[in-house]
Amino acid sequence: MSRSHLLRAGTVVAALALGAAACGGGSSGSKAPKTTGVAAAYNAAVNGVVNASSKKGGTLNYVAASDFDSLDPARTYYAYSWNFQRIYQRTLMMFQTKPGAEGAQVTSDLATAPGVVTNSGKTVTYKLRDGITFEDGTAITSADIKYALERSFAEDVINGGPGATYLKPVLVGGTAYKGPYKDKAGLASIKTPDTKTISFDLVKPFSDFDYLMALPISTPVPQKKDTGARYQFHPVASGPYKIDTYQPNKLLKLVRNDKWNAASDPNRKALPDQIILTEGLQSDDMDARLLNGSADLEIEGTGVQPTAVSKILTNPELKKAADDPSTGFTRYISIQEKVAPFDNIHCRKAVQYAADKVALQFARGGPIAGGDFAGQMMPPTLPAYKQFDAYPSGPDHKGDLTKAKDELKLCGKPSGFTTKIATTNKGKGPKVAVALQQGLARVGIKADIIQVDSSTYYSGFIGVPDNVHKRGLGLAVAGWGPDFPTEYGFFESIVDGRAIKQQGNSNYSEFNDPTVNSLIDQAQATSDVAKRNDLWNQIDHKVMDGADYLPFVADKALDYRAPRLSNVYITGAFGMYDYVNIGIA
Amino acid sequence: MTAPLDVDSSATTATPEAVLRGQKAKSIEGRSLGQIAWMRLKRDKVALGGFVVIVVLILMAVLAPVLVKLFGHPPDEFHQDLIDPTFQVPKGKFGGISSSYLLGIEPGNGRDVFSRIVYGARISLLVAFLATFVSVGIGTVLGVTAGFFGGWIDGLISRVMDILLAFPLLLFAIGLGAVLQSGNGLLGLSGTSLSVAVLVFIIGFFNWPYIGRIVRGQTLSLREKEFVDAARSLGATNAHILFKQLLPNLVAPVLVYSTLIIPSNILFEAALSFLGVGVRPPTPSWGSMLSDAVATYSIDPTFMVVPGTALFITVLAFNLLGDGLRDALDPKAGR
Repeated sequence: MSRSHLLRAGTVVAALALGAAACGGGSSGSKAPKTTGVAAAYNAAVNGVVNASSKKGGTLNYVAASDFDSLDPARTYYAYSWNFQRIYQRTLMMFQTKPGAEGAQVTSDLATAPGVVTNSGKTVTYKLRDGITFEDGTAITSADIKYALERSFAEDVINGGPGATYLKPVLVGGTAYKGPYKDKAGLASIKTPDTKTISFDLVKPFSDFDYLMALPISTPVPQKKDTGARYQFHPVASGPYKIDTYQPNKLLKLVRNDKWNAASDPNRKALPDQIILTEGLQSDDMDARLLNGSADLEIEGTGVQPTAVSKILTNPELKKAADDPSTGFTRYISIQEKVAPFDNIHCRKAVQYAADKVALQFARGGPIAGGDFAGQMMPPTLPAYKQFDAYPSGPDHKGDLTKAKDELKLCGKPSGFTTKIATTNKGKGPKVAVALQQGLARVGIKADIIQVDSSTYYSGFIGVPDNVHKRGLGLAVAGWGPDFPTEYGFFESIVDGRAIKQQGNSNYSEFNDPTVNSLIDQAQATSDVAKRNDLWNQIDHKVMDGADYLPFVADKALDYRAPRLSNVYITGAFGMYDYVNIGIA
Repeated sequence: MTAPLDVDSSATTATPEAVLRGQKAKSIEGRSLGQIAWMRLKRDKVALGGFVVIVVLILMAVLAPVLVKLFGHPPDEFHQDLIDPTFQVPKGKFGGISSSYLLGIEPGNGRDVFSRIVYGARISLLVAFLATFVSVGIGTVLGVTAGFFGGWIDGLISRVMDILLAFPLLLFAIGLGAVLQSGNGLLGLSGTSLSVAVLVFIIGFFNWPYIGRIVRGQTLSLREKEFVDAARSLGATNAHILFKQLLPNLVAPVLVYSTLIIPSNILFEAALSFLGVGVRPPTPSWGSMLSDAVATYSIDPTFMVVPGTALFITVLAFNLLGDGLRDALDPKAGR
């Protein structure tokens, strides 16, 4: 999956967490010491604020290769779109506007504080701030947020977003509710006792609920301005900016929203006077604009192209304005345990040892543009991350062929076997497949490459277990990043055996270990952070023990920030620059 | 015993002619169309150059394993030690060209470009020739049928041709290629042979209407010619007229057209491989090499120039030969 593309949803909540009150988020924006700025240097924005400033004015010029999937807050699923919407839309909760790991924690936005959990975890209540308004000056009420959340349930009109997936199994009556267009009565489990209070009745305690409310789905939508599927062409702003012009795939221009009340918004600085996003550009063209100063940022956050990588890394001045952050994605090969001979764990282990990780890393673009070697599924951006290498592939990372052959013998296939590698037909997928193929060939594992168009690869090809079995797709090239930056948001869809689906499955290998399933439940029910992290570490190890997953790279991207920008930093929530507070120095 | 005398006498009268024939046999002997064409072609140095290049290319494709053994490395072998890890490009100058890597190495994985070009020629030429064979075969048969029989048969075949010509071929090929190749194998084929078969089918099947139309037009005018009328009045069957009278006269245009669609088929295969629906990796193909080169063209231009040049030379050679053939085979040509 391409990084600019969806943060693969998955049905995270399909079989839901029993966890109690453990709120993963920091409670407010005020507990951390005031971040001081750092000077511009290579990787300076990964953990610090470059050019900290409160100077207002000017025009930011952003560029993007393609258009957003949607500007409708309930329909968008691209990571960079979620990040970008925070500039002009407010949500109940939001990711903190802070660099690094702190940016992956939630704080209150429209709400005065994180959700108050009562009724033994089954009721969450938020109070709204004073002075919050839409761009036309009308006050935002709890009914606007209730209505916005209800829209997500109308999957026939409001499709594409994460709302239905996450909310349906969590809210009481969610699975039967059809959305506000068909069911005027609304969803009874979202209560608005007064205009300043909103509360939710949950089926079970859900510790990541504040994270759910930090997704764009909780952006208020005024019912009388809602045009259904066409709302995406002019969504009503609630933050410091509003949409002035939107020409899909060409241009998006944001100007100041004079109705926004700065006193009601402690998170946003609102520095530039306007923000112009030019869309539909070629990647190399965007890089050229970036390096010559006519563009400030590439908002898709996928990193620059090889040409620009070489220019940036060979020029100290340019390098000072570049960062190489972890994006939170793990690139891996999924080994399908229902496809022979991978029903035998030793055959899976043979693949783990035989793979040439250098070749795989190079296929992703090398250590800078591709990422670091990975020996585990959990990405280094998550709090519980503790590095280990489950199947060491030799000192040079080119594979441990002796161990691979031993495993082949144990599997009863000493001279190897034949299998298939599924991949997309564009981008880096085929290169990864070829790199895997040549690595496995060294121990006699002969793999044929099956290419499928990128648009159907995940949802309709390897995401359909029947198809995987029928075609004998023993190996599949894949990538995974969390929908929201918690261990649960990362692991649930891919390792919880109870969440395997017959369509749109994300657990391609059909990994289903009862121990892991119960550990996930335990982790969600543990409120002590250290204990919970320890449980997630155990899960990380158990998953690797099953040998269904062959992670090879913890994704990185080389990003470039224009030197004139102020308040630039990478947010841990998205692994890209935080667009909320960038200004012009 | 009169017979010998008779023979003798006739022999004597024939003597002068025989003598004459012996002296100037060469200048008088009738030359077939083929011989005339060959003579004309021999005089056309440009076309001959194209022919030589094609022969060399075919030899290169046939002898690929030998050439690679002598001058290169296995085409799928990785040489990552020769790649700069940071920039992912070959360490040496000009794409890593050296005495052991004649045309440099591929960025990212270090495969030998020379070997991949040589093996890539196999795919390019095989697909182009087979596809041409398919479209010429179908086109000739259906074109002759339509032109000769006329009536509803002509109407039907012509409409089919119109429909196929109206197909957005490239889009269709991308879709079909993707679907057929993601399959579990087809008609007992799998892997590279399946890819080649799919490409040949797509390119060959959808290109026949072009040649079909030409053949139909030629047949329409030929069937009204006097020699056809003569044959018919002598009681010749349709089959005789088709195969003995018409087909020999169609050889020239079909041959010329074939040499001209081979290069366009080579380009079409390259385009499909470029778009990711050609031969499946790791089988080398010039089109997929070009596609891979796009990402690094400005830091490692060699990797784009090499397959581009190979493609350019091949297509140019076929076009030059085709032009020469057309001039040589056309009795009305100026030369």
